[in-house]
Amino acid sequence: MRTKKVTFRHRWLPYALVAPQIVITLVFFIWPASQALYQSVLRQDAFGLRTEFVGLANFARLFADPLYLESFFTTVWFSALVAGSSMLVALVLAVMADRVIRQATTYRTLLIWPYAVAPAIAGVLWWFLFNPTIGILAYALEALGYDWNHYQDGTDAMTMIVIAAAWRQVAYNFLFFLAGLQAIPKSLTEAAAIDGAGPVKRFVTIQLPLLSPTVFFLIVVNVVYAFFETFGIVHATTAGGPGNDTVILVYKVWRDAFEGLNLGSSAAQSVILMAIVIALTAIQFRYIERRVEY
Amino acid sequence: MSDISLRDVRKVYSGAEAPTIPGLSLEIVSGELCVLVGPSGCGKSTLLRMVAGLEEVSDGEIAIAGRRVNDLEPAERDISMVFQNYALYPHMTVFNNMAYGLKNRGMPKDEIRRRVDEAAVMLGLDGFLARRPRELSGGQRQRVAMGRAIVREPAAFLFDEPLSNLDAKLRVKTRVEIRDLQQRLRTTSIYVTHDQQEAMTLADKLVVMNAGQIEQIGTPIEVYERPASLFVAGFIGSPPMNLLPPSAVPSLAPASAPEHALIGIRPESMVPADDGPIALDVRVVERLGATSTIHGRLPGLESDVIASVPSTVPADPGRTMRFSSPGDGVHLFDGRTGRRLG
Amino acid sequence: MVERRPLLTFTQHAVLIVGAAIFVFPIYLAFVASTHTGTEVNRGLPLLPGDQMQENYAIVLGEGLSTAGAPPIGLMLMNSTIMALAITLGKLAISLLSSFAIVYFKFPFRVLAFWTIFITLMLPVEVRILPTYEVVAQLGMLNSYAGLSIPLIASATATFLFRQFFMTVPDELTEAARIDGAGPMKFFRDILVPLSRTNIAALFVILFIYGWNQYLWPLLVTTDESYYTVVMGIQRLANSGDQLPQWNLIMATAILALLPPVIVIIVMQRLFVRGLVEVEK
Ligand SMILES: Nc1ncnc2c1ncn2[C@@H]1O[C@H](COP(=O)(O)OP(=O)(O)O)[C@@H](O)[C@H]1O
Ligand SMILES: [Mg+2]
Repeated sequence: MRTKKVTFRHRWLPYALVAPQIVITLVFFIWPASQALYQSVLRQDAFGLRTEFVGLANFARLFADPLYLESFFTTVWFSALVAGSSMLVALVLAVMADRVIRQATTYRTLLIWPYAVAPAIAGVLWWFLFNPTIGILAYALEALGYDWNHYQDGTDAMTMIVIAAAWRQVAYNFLFFLAGLQAIPKSLTEAAAIDGAGPVKRFVTIQLPLLSPTVFFLIVVNVVYAFFETFGIVHATTAGGPGNDTVILVYKVWRDAFEGLNLGSSAAQSVILMAIVIALTAIQFRYIERRVEY
Repeated sequence: MSDISLRDVRKVYSGAEAPTIPGLSLEIVSGELCVLVGPSGCGKSTLLRMVAGLEEVSDGEIAIAGRRVNDLEPAERDISMVFQNYALYPHMTVFNNMAYGLKNRGMPKDEIRRRVDEAAVMLGLDGFLARRPRELSGGQRQRVAMGRAIVREPAAFLFDEPLSNLDAKLRVKTRVEIRDLQQRLRTTSIYVTHDQQEAMTLADKLVVMNAGQIEQIGTPIEVYERPASLFVAGFIGSPPMNLLPPSAVPSLAPASAPEHALIGIRPESMVPADDGPIALDVRVVERLGATSTIHGRLPGLESDVIASVPSTVPADPGRTMRFSSPGDGVHLFDGRTGRRLG
Repeated sequence: MVERRPLLTFTQHAVLIVGAAIFVFPIYLAFVASTHTGTEVNRGLPLLPGDQMQENYAIVLGEGLSTAGAPPIGLMLMNSTIMALAITLGKLAISLLSSFAIVYFKFPFRVLAFWTIFITLMLPVEVRILPTYEVVAQLGMLNSYAGLSIPLIASATATFLFRQFFMTVPDELTEAARIDGAGPMKFFRDILVPLSRTNIAALFVILFIYGWNQYLWPLLVTTDESYYTVVMGIQRLANSGDQLPQWNLIMATAILALLPPVIVIIVMQRLFVRGLVEVEK
């Protein structure tokens, strides 16, 4: 890791400068994380009086627990839906906006602001619109012959949180797709046009391949978002229900920690989540490195 | 008044195998403009930056105005520097760029004002003090960099290729301005450049460097007229000096010349003469206006021999032209050591 | 555009306008709901704004929904503002300082410091909920502004962005400053920070939105209602137990909760876009 070629010399100043960040990181990040690691291999008795070392037993129990597995698959399914739908919509909008260069910024203004809305607020908004008794969307669906009720129907509930999560994320994806498209030299598409390729063909053969790094990057970012930042949507609206149909992993860790009070299991769940973040970050960095080489 | 002295100064960059400057001594007299010239990478900037205090001295001693400065911070050395890219603070106005160093020294406000105004007038920047660097032309930025150096009223100015970022025309104009300014202020200066023409026109004292070492020190005329080595002969003067084996021009070689000697004749010293001893088969004639540059071949030689002649001299490709050279136009070098003979 | 195809152009604008409309739609309806009486909303959602706007907003801002056990939104908005600003300014400050140290000094443990900061990327709150809560509890920081903000101000992203930017600042500027007699802190204050102001502004937008929108963290560290933030507090209104939710007031709250970050993002759009695309690079 490089420094500047030209550096200052001082005996204690650099330590003083990094101290605030390092102290906060150690106290609020590293220490709790290592606690989680440590507790994940322990088991406490019912009164919290005795702890014993149990190795990977907490993990083994988790993966034998149908509720945990269900939550795992719920999360994966949820992430796939959020990433897929928000990227697809964003890509369509970005392609349209890219072609109308002159007004692209206007449309950008109209499209980016949902990113500023907190996931929890987004959840509450859609929850209201889908409310089975007074929600306008539920009403419209009923007119179409569909009996919407996210209090009873797990699929309806999942659909609702996917829409709420994706609605906000489209804005983010749109920005990156638009930036990616605008970075493609116009001469390339013009050359293809001269070669007789129509707009659709140009998109498929030229823009999409050149956009693939952005697509890849956004997949990772969206999966991270769906995994870790959507807690508020679930907590503020479905609270995991109906049944356990919308219990995503982060929601489960939280619920088990504060309601179930099973330290070892909660810690093991945290460790698994950590492993997922680390894996996703590593993938993201591989991608960044590759891009740096260009 | 001050002078700068370098004694056995060495520089080895950490991690480098060979020293960048293996050991170099140089004395610069008060008020003198000393130009360090040499090819890119020969260590000129390194040397200058050691004087400035931006680079540590590995060994040896540097003194400014009789005071050893090796261990002093740049700000304590009483020098100012003009960088190649000017290094103006982009977010500060021209006034603040010039005033920043003075403020840091705790100079009273009205004194700062007075000095900056004076420098601005001197440099024709008086209408621009409230502007930011990005609102200035390249030449104006260069002058702000000069102004920042002047207001300090330092013991020495250090210039590192200050004209390289200007276009050719502006470079020549600014060169004259710098010369004029330095002569008025009489501030001891070290000026680094790789451009031999710039070096010749500016220098009181010319120091030709090669691979971290000094090849020759002298006035520009001395260096031009008596280059101390093949390197200097090739580096100073444009087009460069022709270097020929004695066998190619036997009549010009002194009898005492050893076999491995090389004879050097500047293109400007090639005088057309019907009975001259150098017969060139003319290949290309470049007409520059006042002069023409003739590229031709001597029988049996691989490379071109170049002659600069008044454009009135008739010359055409395909012809053979004969040249002679006056006695003091012929230089003799040892082809093995590269040093001048006699 | 490469060639003229009026129909295509029309389709593009149509898609974009419909897209934008779909995005505004939930907010519009929320606003409409916030301008009617509770009964009107419960009878079936009206599509045009009503005349209860002042009343509804006055209630949520001033009195709060005592029935839902929630304090006035005015207080929550203030808490959110304090938290968002503390997180934003805190992150900016400590990231500027630490990246300055890492880029402009060579010191033992420099690489270790860098990796320690880097690791925070891999440890979002969500993966260490309980132990972090315990640390904060032990430090007596539950139900305090310090507890709401300090644990969130370590930021690898901001540190990286500044590091990246500092690496592009020409060395000659540092040298010129040294010759001008500026020590490290003077250089930092007079030159580096002013030069970073665009980056600082861009990060300000991103971090403010991040801070304002925190949900899980305030939920963990506050039990005292007077420290609730609006984004977190809204769920208390929405899940008000047996009572019928007062949708008009909940939507008024939602509008108030989303307005500040939305205004920030729209006003500072250019900086935000630049900052975001750069941060993620
Ligand atoms: N900071 C440094 N670390 C290592 N080597 C350097 C450094 N700066 C310059 N050099 C090397 O020292 C030599 C001289 O460089 P420099 O003084 O910049 O040459 P000049 O100014 O004459 O072009 C070059 O070979 C260069 O690569
Ligand atoms: Mg140089």
